[in-house]
Amino acid sequence: MSRIVVVGYGPAAHRFVETLTARGFDGRITVIGEEPRPAYDRVALTSYLSGTTAEDLTYPVPGGVVTRLNTRVTAIDRRAGHVVTEDGGAEPYDVLVLATGSAPFVPPVPGAGQAFVYRTIENLDAIRVAAKDAAEGVVVGGGLLGLEAADALRSLGLRTHIVEMSPWLMPRQVDEGGGSVLKSRIEGLGLSVHAGAGVQEIVTDAQGRVTGLRKPDGSLLDAQVVVFSAGIRPRDELARSAGLAVGERGGIVVDSAMRTSDPSIYAVGECALAGGMVYGLAGPCNTMAEVAAEQVMGGSAAFEGADLSTKLKLLGVEVAQFGAMDGALDVTYMDPVAGVYKKLFISDDARTLLGGICVGDASPYTTLRPYVGRPLPAPPSDLLFTGAGAADLDLPDDAQVCSCNNVCAGGIRTAIASGRAADVPGLKACTRAGTTCGSCVPMLKQLLEKAGVEVGKSLCEHFTYSRAELFDIVRVREITTFSQLITEHGQGRGCDICKPAVASILASLHNGHVLEGERAALQDTNDAFLANIQKNGTYSVVPRIPGGEITPDKLIVIGEVARDFGLYTKITGGQRIDLLGARIEQLPEIWRRLVDAGFESGHAYGKALRTVKSCVGSTWCRYGVQDSVGMAIALELRYRGLRSPHKIKSAVSGCARECAEARSKDFGVIATEQGWNLYVGGNGGFRPRHADLLAKDLTTDELIRTIDRYLMFYIRTADRLQRTAAWIESLDGGLDHLREVIMEDTLGLCADLDAQMEHHIATYADEWQATLDDPDKISRFVSFVNAPGVPDPSIVFGSERGQIRPVMA
Amino acid sequence: MKSWTPVCDYDALLPERGVCALVGDVQVAVFRTHDGALHALANRDPFSGAYVLSRGIVGTRKGEPTVASPLHKQVFSLVSGRCLDEDPVEDPVEGAAEGAVEGAVTVPVYPVRVARGRVEVSV
Ligand code: SRM
Ligand SMILES: Cc1cc2nc3c(=O)[nH]c(=O)nc-3n(C[C@H](O)[C@H](O)[C@H](O)COP(=O)(O)OP(=O)(O)OC[C@H]3O[C@@H](n4cnc5c(N)ncnc54)[C@H](O)[C@@H]3O)c2cc1C
Ligand code: SF4
Ligand code: FES
Repeated sequence: MSRIVVVGYGPAAHRFVETLTARGFDGRITVIGEEPRPAYDRVALTSYLSGTTAEDLTYPVPGGVVTRLNTRVTAIDRRAGHVVTEDGGAEPYDVLVLATGSAPFVPPVPGAGQAFVYRTIENLDAIRVAAKDAAEGVVVGGGLLGLEAADALRSLGLRTHIVEMSPWLMPRQVDEGGGSVLKSRIEGLGLSVHAGAGVQEIVTDAQGRVTGLRKPDGSLLDAQVVVFSAGIRPRDELARSAGLAVGERGGIVVDSAMRTSDPSIYAVGECALAGGMVYGLAGPCNTMAEVAAEQVMGGSAAFEGADLSTKLKLLGVEVAQFGAMDGALDVTYMDPVAGVYKKLFISDDARTLLGGICVGDASPYTTLRPYVGRPLPAPPSDLLFTGAGAADLDLPDDAQVCSCNNVCAGGIRTAIASGRAADVPGLKACTRAGTTCGSCVPMLKQLLEKAGVEVGKSLCEHFTYSRAELFDIVRVREITTFSQLITEHGQGRGCDICKPAVASILASLHNGHVLEGERAALQDTNDAFLANIQKNGTYSVVPRIPGGEITPDKLIVIGEVARDFGLYTKITGGQRIDLLGARIEQLPEIWRRLVDAGFESGHAYGKALRTVKSCVGSTWCRYGVQDSVGMAIALELRYRGLRSPHKIKSAVSGCARECAEARSKDFGVIATEQGWNLYVGGNGGFRPRHADLLAKDLTTDELIRTIDRYLMFYIRTADRLQRTAAWIESLDGGLDHLREVIMEDTLGLCADLDAQMEHHIATYADEWQATLDDPDKISRFVSFVNAPGVPDPSIVFGSERGQIRPVMA
Repeated sequence: MKSWTPVCDYDALLPERGVCALVGDVQVAVFRTHDGALHALANRDPFSGAYVLSRGIVGTRKGEPTVASPLHKQVFSLVSGRCLDEDPVEDPVEGAAEGAVEGAVTVPVYPVRVARGRVEVSV
């Protein structure tokens, strides 16, 4: 079968192999990249400086793809059909794809070798180190990437200058008027802007350390860090020396099939010169990669050029440009006080929208970009001044909504109408729209609303409310029973969806016993018998082992119980022990022995706190910086029994080596020299997700208070069976919003959340102990109501590896 | 003539929960609904083969009283024994379930009554 070799492992290479594997390509795919890791999200590169890790940015390698990292390709031998790597090896290909991207342009001025560029994770690491001993920085280049680099320097604590050759900033995206508004906004943030200026030299001292930048007029800017971000040059050197056609000003010449002048070699991404253009944006690069993948699979896709619209938020200022940057007529709205500038370009008959520029408020970009080349949906003044009317626009089917992934309104509508997507995450999954820069997400929401999607709010046929709404009803109206709730706010008598959900809400708010009174009838069988049902109708028993720490004596008790009741025994993935195969009538006897030995329910059956895993920590481990076991135990005891929309898992690691896998948990804690880092929204399971860093270097008190509020806010507002990972993704405003609510108390909720957690902790009691103390509840633990001592004859065991196993009739 | 077997006191039944009774070698799941009515079905869940229906959640679907299997949540009518979930698969353990209405999986329903405060079933 055919062998495909991809040179360069950036976003374009990633999209290419991802598309190829998704289409079921069955040949061999090898990707050779010079960077030390697989492709990562370069668009989001700057977030690396604010805590996003390299792993988070890195795209997963599609299954079956062979990667060779840290390896530069030095030549293409077209005759032999292989590429040569720097270690002298050869990789044969049938089809070769060049995805070598581009390199930052560094002007050949004296001292330039001491300056930095801003393109890779390693570049950022180097800048971060240099910034430690620096007070001032200069970025050369006031375009999109330059401003991003300037923002980075500022966030590293440097007084920052921007030097731009053109008379105004971002000359490719905004006109002079927009540029002046942008300049004043940026200066307002404390950066100094030197437009219309160039670089004569980078000045260094006797030791070769950078001390400043000299402008052509001779003046000197003091700076210890200089970053060049003055444009990019396609990396076409391999193609050039292999004799492939390249453009006069660089770029590997390709046709609309992304084929170079050698039909077995393709080029995609920023290294390609397509239709006379080199594209420096992620969207077109992705499209090229998809086209090449289709071509390799025998399809007929073509790259017809791409929209260069951009929208970004730099230093907190929204800047956007779409369509053309001039036209017969233009309408401008400018508010220098607020720092807002919006301009639309229109055809000479004043009917067709040609393009627009926005600074300070990018809303026209979102609402109007799809209308480029079409009749204006409303008078320009309405569109610019009030913003009204825009929300009600009916987009034509072929209007592009997501330019990063080339998805039109029609595609979104079809996905909604066919039922494949009922919300934004659904649309992302099935159309890819919104998955790259995210700027089209508001448009996706509008299309959903316009399609009349009631975003699946009703819990079930008995309640037209979402779980969060029911939670508020129960809380505000102080409802204490399911019967009252369904009579006053629902219909029918409930079902297996709403009953456990309401049981959980009542438990979160009031914390009474789950089997008390009417509540017994609301519980799933697991909660009803305080154990997990197994395939043959038996149950498992999982005592709580806080933090995974257990004394030898307690271990022996578990062993004895398992032996005496003939239970199958297994260490779980949650650092505790599962005893399986218990019949209903055995559960009270088993638990009597466990409770007497000091064990409590582990809530393995409940939508509740499961375990707080721990690593060895500073008590024993030579690397540990805090007592992770002690913290895990404290957290597990604090939140044990807390009922929630779905299960909650946690872990505490004693240092950054992360042996407790805290970042895969709903909340994870990692010790630092200064305190604790708190991560939230991690998940293993169906859809793994690494947790996000919510706050750094917290004291123990701050940590606990933040977790208290995080959990209570989740419990209040999440949907039924929504883990924290999905909940955070669905939160409007995301992590920032969460921080505002629970750390800055912007909604004024914190006192309430704190009180609710205090109530939970004060009223916690072990469910199993309480059940054993109540003859009424215990009497329900029988296989047969008319023959309480008789075991269920349908339950039969065989044996395997010296333990029991269920045998189904 | 039906023969009735007493299984427990009516008061022993919690509203909207089930119990299981062993009548000869037949396992009968007995449910008391919110309005006080009684229903009896076979205890065997036809989808999993486990004897567990008595431990499911009792509720309603469009007014019809139901129980959901605690294993994989298929919903059965307490009145007809019929599985109300769309496209139920065939009984994976024994092929088409006994007494199946065409295309639907159904579990046996047994007569149940209260006599002198005692719940009685007939199998
Ligand atoms: C016992 C255990 C497997 C083992 O032998 O190691 C286990 C067993 C079950 N898991 Fe699990 N999970 C166990 C650790 C995990 C882990 C690993 C961990 O916690 O470190 C995960 C992935 C981490 C995560 O949750 O993010 C895990 C992800 C799941 C999921 C998928 C959740 C998701 O968000 O996608 C389910 C399904 C669900 O909850 O809806 C699930 C559901 C289940 C259920 C409850 C299925 C069921 O309803 O019967 C299993 C119960 C069997 C039983 O009765 O014992 N189990 N399960 C582990 C118990 C740990 C404990 O001590 O409490
Ligand atoms: C800071 C920053 C912010 C950005 N923000 C945006 C944005 O907001 N919106 C937007 O649309 N675009 C943005 N971009 C541009 C976007 O990241 C690029 O368009 C995209 O990365 C191009 O992907 P590529 O795979 O073609 O090239 P690259 O990402 O450059 O990847 C090429 C890879 O090939 C490797 N390589 C090159 N030659 C060889 C060789 N001979 N052997 C082995 N490996 C080789 C390189 O090391 C590199 O890893 C941004 C870029 C940066 C740097
Ligand atoms: S996470 Fe750190 S402290 Fe904990 S066991 Fe691992 S190396 Fe040791
Ligand atoms: S426009 Fe960038 S993700 Fe849709």
